[in-house]
Amino acid sequence: MNNLWGDSLSSFWSAWIIVITLGTIALSVWILLANRRTDKIPDADGNVETTGHAADGIEEYDNPLPKWWFQLFVLTVVFALGYLVLYPGLGNFAGVLGWSQESQWEEEVADAQERFTPIFAQYQEVPIPELARDAEAMQVAERVYLNNCAVCHGSNAQGGYGFPNLTDDDWLYGGEPENIMMSLNNGRNGLMPAWQQLGENNIENLTQYVLSLSNLEHDEERAASGESTFLAACAACHTPSGTGNTALGAPNLTNDIWLYQAPGQSVADSVRQTLRNGRNGHMPAQAAYIGEERVHLVAAYVYSLRFND
Amino acid sequence: MEKIPSHDITPPTVGHHTPGESHTQEMYAKRRHIYVREIKGLFQKIRRSANWALMLVFFLLPWINWGDRPAIWFDLPGREFHIFAATFYPQEFVLLSWLLIICAFGLFFITVFAGRVWCGYTCPQSVWTFLFIWLEHRIEGSRNQRIKLDKQPLNTNKVWRKSAKHAAWLVIALATGITFVGYFTPIRTLVTELPTLEAHGWSYFWVGFFLVFTYLNAGWLREQVCIYMCPYARFQSVMFDRDTLIVSYDKERGEPRGSRKKSLTHTQAREAGFGDCIDCDLCVQVCPTGIDIRDGLQYECITCAACIDACDSVMDKMGYPRGLVRYTTENALEGKKSHILRPRLLGYFAALIVMVAAFAWAVNDRMPLGFDVERERTQLYQTTRDGRISNVYSLNIRNLDNQDHTYRLSVSGLPSVTLDDVVVSVPAGEARLQIVTVLVDASDLTEPSHPIIFTLQAQQDESLRIERESRFLGDIRR
Repeated sequence: MNNLWGDSLSSFWSAWIIVITLGTIALSVWILLANRRTDKIPDADGNVETTGHAADGIEEYDNPLPKWWFQLFVLTVVFALGYLVLYPGLGNFAGVLGWSQESQWEEEVADAQERFTPIFAQYQEVPIPELARDAEAMQVAERVYLNNCAVCHGSNAQGGYGFPNLTDDDWLYGGEPENIMMSLNNGRNGLMPAWQQLGENNIENLTQYVLSLSNLEHDEERAASGESTFLAACAACHTPSGTGNTALGAPNLTNDIWLYQAPGQSVADSVRQTLRNGRNGHMPAQAAYIGEERVHLVAAYVYSLRFND
Repeated sequence: MEKIPSHDITPPTVGHHTPGESHTQEMYAKRRHIYVREIKGLFQKIRRSANWALMLVFFLLPWINWGDRPAIWFDLPGREFHIFAATFYPQEFVLLSWLLIICAFGLFFITVFAGRVWCGYTCPQSVWTFLFIWLEHRIEGSRNQRIKLDKQPLNTNKVWRKSAKHAAWLVIALATGITFVGYFTPIRTLVTELPTLEAHGWSYFWVGFFLVFTYLNAGWLREQVCIYMCPYARFQSVMFDRDTLIVSYDKERGEPRGSRKKSLTHTQAREAGFGDCIDCDLCVQVCPTGIDIRDGLQYECITCAACIDACDSVMDKMGYPRGLVRYTTENALEGKKSHILRPRLLGYFAALIVMVAAFAWAVNDRMPLGFDVERERTQLYQTTRDGRISNVYSLNIRNLDNQDHTYRLSVSGLPSVTLDDVVVSVPAGEARLQIVTVLVDASDLTEPSHPIIFTLQAQQDESLRIERESRFLGDIRR
């Protein structure tokens, strides 16, 4: 619990609150008792003393409160004191029941866990390809996806700059259930080293060669001279033919899908930038956040996205 | 300024001692027990019929079914409020406030016209109190017998009569509690689950709550609720005018009051200097709030007209004309003309009509379809590989109808705006979240932001159609 004063109130503020709270109750009791009064005794003519308030000639009597009503007021005071003994309210005194908003929240979370755990456990028994075809499960899964994954991969799962599109057939680390599970459970670190030391000329040659791999417009001559550098420096991860390696998360360079192409940016500019500065993609491990049951469900959801087309 | 003569409207023993009485120091007003005498008569017949009818409606309504559910069912956990064929949802709560405003104007209107008839004839506090008094009379006997019984020391007769009375009250209170809860949870399952301890904890709580408070309010508090607690009693007087129907004693005709030989005819009594009031006190004995109507209009009076019936029965016996105590207006009492149609009444009536019309229009026009459009929060827009711009939207579609529906979604507002054919099936009373991607040719975008319109149309029902505007964002650097 962190509030304005740290973990708890200083003893001054605690005392301050206690004094105000108990003082208010004491004041209420005093008002209640001070206004206790006997019946006014009528004079010989039967006239009774009034409060002296008059409006349009109509005077206000000063009749006593019904007894049962007085008793109700007493009851509220007893209730207030009982409440303050049981629940927090007097400064740092936590109340004998030990109730707090935090413990109430924890109880509710535990309640929710108790209700939802069997459902998720049931889903976890189902293999991912089968689960991905269960419409009801996928509705639940969509909610989990939207709450945890959509921030980066988008509500429609089509990704964005630096975040892979989950709806196409291109997979950095493989699109089979076990690959998806691995990505979700343990996260991924996609590291592309920077190649600035090769010099601008080589970087330009490499760029043209990479463009040629996916049949984009390129400079034939530069591409030809870039090939040897590619085989020496890049083929280890991206393979000699440029088709990538899902074991390393090295992207396929032959399919015209570009993870780091910013809106309005040309492919050539994006490749140049990647070569000069490298890239560092990070997918956080989800198991620790949402638990393995939900990971299983989300994996099935991601797997199900391929059926949409 | 001259003082307007006023009456002490407090019940005699509440508030002051009579001179000569010993002055024990009472700190609080002691309650005077009112022994209500039962009376027969035209108005009591009307009141009793109204009471039975209202109670019948209250107790039977939860048992009526509509299809496979109760006809009236305020399903709080499900957040659905079924009233016969219609189902309302929390979003439509504004309708409830309109309904309450209508009730308020209805109450004001009837109060200006006929005074506190609501209190005397239809208020639940009165209805249940009268029922409890009726039971009291059946079990403990008439007014005099009850007074005698209360003065007796404890004996078997007293013990069993008192226990029978309280048992009867508690049975009624229990039935009231169960019926009340029956509006919120299906009563048929409730009555089978309650005795076997299978019902929900809150059901027991609320049954118990209404049991206790029905018993206390109608059995013990009675007129104290009207006199000390009811806010309506506090402000109804501002709605009265001199043409409002009130129960009133005709002082001109009744005074000087006094007992006389029954052999005197009306004219002979008049000649002997008597007014028509024989001071029999019956009007006081039948009053459920314990007032003397002959003291004039009092805020405790709930216009139940028991005193009218009592006085009329006495007038009949005496051979005098009826109506010494009657429904009348202040103007009529003073021999002036009473106006029924007056600006205040017409004003309330106009307000009432306007509210009823607005409510009827709102209910009739209510679209059982909810549709919210929310733009993707994490990305402004994306460029597809064929050069088009895409925006992503989350659509929330709520079918508020009693039938399942299939809706078709379309979008308009820009020449090239396209959306994959989206058909969404939503079962009755459920909601669906639909994520859609809208595509627009980059050449269409002249501004950073364009309005576009989503249209949701039920396939089988033309009247179910909703439009929502949203924004389409694109690149402005081109």
